[in-house]
Amino acid sequence: MIGNLPYIAVVIFIGLGIYTLMFKKNLIKIAIGIVLIENGVNLFLITLGYRKGAIAPIYTQAPSGQAIMVLPTPQALTLTSIVIGIATTALILSVAMMIYKHYGTLDTDQVRRLKG
Amino acid sequence: MKKIIFGIAFIIFFSFLIVSAINMRTFGEPTISEMDDYFIENAQSETGANNVVTSIVFDYRGFDTLGEATVLFTAVVGVVALFRGVKK
Amino acid sequence: MKEMSRIVKTVTNFVYGFIIIFGFYIIVHGHLTPGGGFQGGAVVGSAFALLLISYGSLNSKKFLKEDILSLFEGFGLILFIVLGFSGLGITFFYNFLANSGSWFGDAAVIGINPGDMNTAGVIPLMNIAVGLEVLSAFGVIVLTMASGAEFTKNKEKS
Repeated sequence: MIGNLPYIAVVIFIGLGIYTLMFKKNLIKIAIGIVLIENGVNLFLITLGYRKGAIAPIYTQAPSGQAIMVLPTPQALTLTSIVIGIATTALILSVAMMIYKHYGTLDTDQVRRLKG
Repeated sequence: MKKIIFGIAFIIFFSFLIVSAINMRTFGEPTISEMDDYFIENAQSETGANNVVTSIVFDYRGFDTLGEATVLFTAVVGVVALFRGVKK
Repeated sequence: MKEMSRIVKTVTNFVYGFIIIFGFYIIVHGHLTPGGGFQGGAVVGSAFALLLISYGSLNSKKFLKEDILSLFEGFGLILFIVLGFSGLGITFFYNFLANSGSWFGDAAVIGINPGDMNTAGVIPLMNIAVGLEVLSAFGVIVLTMASGAEFTKNKEKS
């Protein structure tokens, strides 16, 4: 069980993110919860591709001898996922600023009705 | 009352995640790796780059990078369009 | 957003040139060392954020203009799409410059070697296009949200 420590760390990230998303009422705290879930999923994607005792998949000045390399495909998918996380966070924070300009408060219990 | 139902649902979901994290396969032994072995063997002779991850992102799977660049561009257009009615 | 003290402004004047040059080094050597377009673009974008924080959002409009950065972003994306279409004789996104002998076309030495800059075909050009797009996306997002925050703070005071 102690060898699976990266997977337990991923579960702690996602669990904390879902707790913040369900139980908090401020809009900025909800945005922090979404960012936590996204980073937990990125960590899970990277730790799927590890081989014991391997080096990074780059041929420039690698240590000599026949060393085996880590799988490179999950790292390429994680790059795309990080950039999509940036786009989501920027749009959520902009919408939160517009809600504050329009209603005067950031509490989700009071921004219920669609005003014209 | 609503908070108690949310709390019980969250505890059930979290215990399901913990049990599945403990019973995953061992860390550091991927089961199927034939595509990645092909990429590591042949990336230097076919593309000429020393960095295997860059040759996957831009040459073998360049279509995903096109989609990602479009998503980033659309996000910037959305942010500028939201702040356009603000004076000064 | 108010400006910071004189010590912070002096250190920023000294340091932000080195950050921008280091970011461009990561972008251009993307096919030899770890890095590439997205990572180098994020480093240069953090230099823009440092300038914005230490000078305040009213003073930094004199040397970081949104219109020029937005022009760079569109230019980067159009260059990426043109590089994708120009290998269309065989397939979409074909690496038509690798192992060919013209502009970036030497063949790489198989096995462990110190890298040669002239090697990887159309990949360094794609790295430069994506790096331009990411750095101007960071600049435009941070500058627009800072000037929008000015307006909401004025509303809170009145």
